[in-house]
Amino acid sequence: MELFTPDSGLVIWMFIAFAVLFLALAFFAWPIIIKSLSKRADLIDKGVEFAQNAKEQLDNARAEAQKYISEAQKQQAEILRDAARMKTEIIEEARREASEEAKKVMDAAKLSIEQSRKEAELQFRNEVSKFSIDIAEKMVRKQMSSDSAQSELVNKLLDEIEKN
Amino acid sequence: MHLLNNVAMNKRLFSILLLVLTAIFALPENAFASGSSEDGKVDLKGIIFHHLGDGYGWEVPFSHTRRIPLPVIVRAENGSWHCFMSSNLVELKNEKDANGEEHEKSVNVVYTANDGTQFMIAPHSSANKNKVVQVTHLSSDEEAAILAKADSISKADGIELAEVGIDGYANDHGHFYKEYKPFDMSITKNVLAIFISAIVVFFMIMSIARWHRKNGMKAPRKGLGFVELVIDYIYKGVIQATLGDKAPKFAPYLLTAFFFILVMNLLGLIVIFPGGANLTGNIAITLTLAVLTFIVTNVLGTKHYWKEIFWPEVPMFLKFPLPIMQMIEIFGIFTKPAALCVRLFANMMGGHMIVITLTGLIFIFAAFGYAAAGGTAVISLLFSIFMLVLDVLVSFIQAYVFTMLSTMFISMAQESGHHDEHKQE
Repeated sequence: MELFTPDSGLVIWMFIAFAVLFLALAFFAWPIIIKSLSKRADLIDKGVEFAQNAKEQLDNARAEAQKYISEAQKQQAEILRDAARMKTEIIEEARREASEEAKKVMDAAKLSIEQSRKEAELQFRNEVSKFSIDIAEKMVRKQMSSDSAQSELVNKLLDEIEKN
Repeated sequence: MHLLNNVAMNKRLFSILLLVLTAIFALPENAFASGSSEDGKVDLKGIIFHHLGDGYGWEVPFSHTRRIPLPVIVRAENGSWHCFMSSNLVELKNEKDANGEEHEKSVNVVYTANDGTQFMIAPHSSANKNKVVQVTHLSSDEEAAILAKADSISKADGIELAEVGIDGYANDHGHFYKEYKPFDMSITKNVLAIFISAIVVFFMIMSIARWHRKNGMKAPRKGLGFVELVIDYIYKGVIQATLGDKAPKFAPYLLTAFFFILVMNLLGLIVIFPGGANLTGNIAITLTLAVLTFIVTNVLGTKHYWKEIFWPEVPMFLKFPLPIMQMIEIFGIFTKPAALCVRLFANMMGGHMIVITLTGLIFIFAAFGYAAAGGTAVISLLFSIFMLVLDVLVSFIQAYVFTMLSTMFISMAQESGHHDEHKQE
């Protein structure tokens, strides 16, 4: 039974030892340790939060950059397309203008050719009529060298007039 | 390479174990005779109680008789205080045993102080056995009467005269003294162990505090890191989780209790000085700790806590006119610390008792010959090692459980009523 009967001396010394230890640690150790531990825990929490935010921001920035890049690419493509269209337009216009000019020149040339042809035709006609008159004159002169022929012709002409 | 090292280690361990076992077998049978009583039988109960109990000196390893002397402080019957070393209470004598071999034996003797007051360690026959008692000489008439009485008891019960116990008298090997149990404030083995534990805890925690004062929020490494890990585990996991905002107020008490119990538990598992004292398996220690928790719980308890005890929110017929609930609640105030006290005490004492009993088995089986003793030795050793390793775990768990339950009792006494809680939310 001696195990179950507390010794008064032991109880007193235990109480004294615990009280002294408690007071010493409660004044000099525990507050510092607890404060430091909670501070560190807060710091770690904050650090984690900060890192998370930083990661989020980084992700956002990356997405934004991607957005800008794709936008720029789109713009680039658009510009290129515009340039190509403009090029074809310019070429087309130049071609059209050139053909118009060419047509104008051709028309002018045709006109002048026609004119000169008409002139030549007129000249030719005059020449031909002059020749034919000449020829006729000569023929008439030759045929009219005799009086009979002359009178025959006059008769003939007269016949013709009469017939008419 | 690592595996090879491991194998080599295991081999070396095994050979060491073998060596130890052979050494045990090689020892003469009566090398363990100190625990045996006169008739040669092993007094296992005596050994167990000696190991579990307190003492006025601290055992020296490998010696059955020598003790580190410790101061004895007692208040004599006339009110004077006496302080002397415990070595004054014993004398080493060489005695021949039945085989004619000489053994050193420690015998209790009477110590006479300067003023003539006499003290001795009460013999086994006394009600105060193993405690220091004040003894006074009897007058010749009285002595004759007591001797006659003792003689008749001796003859009637068939025990030797030196073993006869009479209430109020100390029997010093057949010589009777009047016995008085003085108020005992001795620095016994357990008291010294308490001081050692307190010093260990003090330096352990102060070094952590010093680290924090010096290095701010930087985390310590190695040993200090481990201590801090435990502090953090207890503070965050138990104290703050249960007490919330009030944690810093009660943490110093709870953490001190936890580390004190843990160190006492672990020191108790170390067999030699400065360990080996069965502190937390002593009811005086656990009682003191439980009373401290009781004081903290009830002195700092809130109004709501006391209201719940004396006027709980239960149907009227349970509290008036017969105060049934009040009786249960008041009973509960005392059962809580009692549970704390008994739980720690029983767990730690049980662990120590099992290890000693397992070791004691070897000497009981030694009676059946060397083979039985050898076989038992191997099995007992393995079980003892297993139990000791388990006790390391139990040491932590019991310290943890004590702290956790204390925290819960304190937090129950810190409730501030349902209305306030809603307001806070």
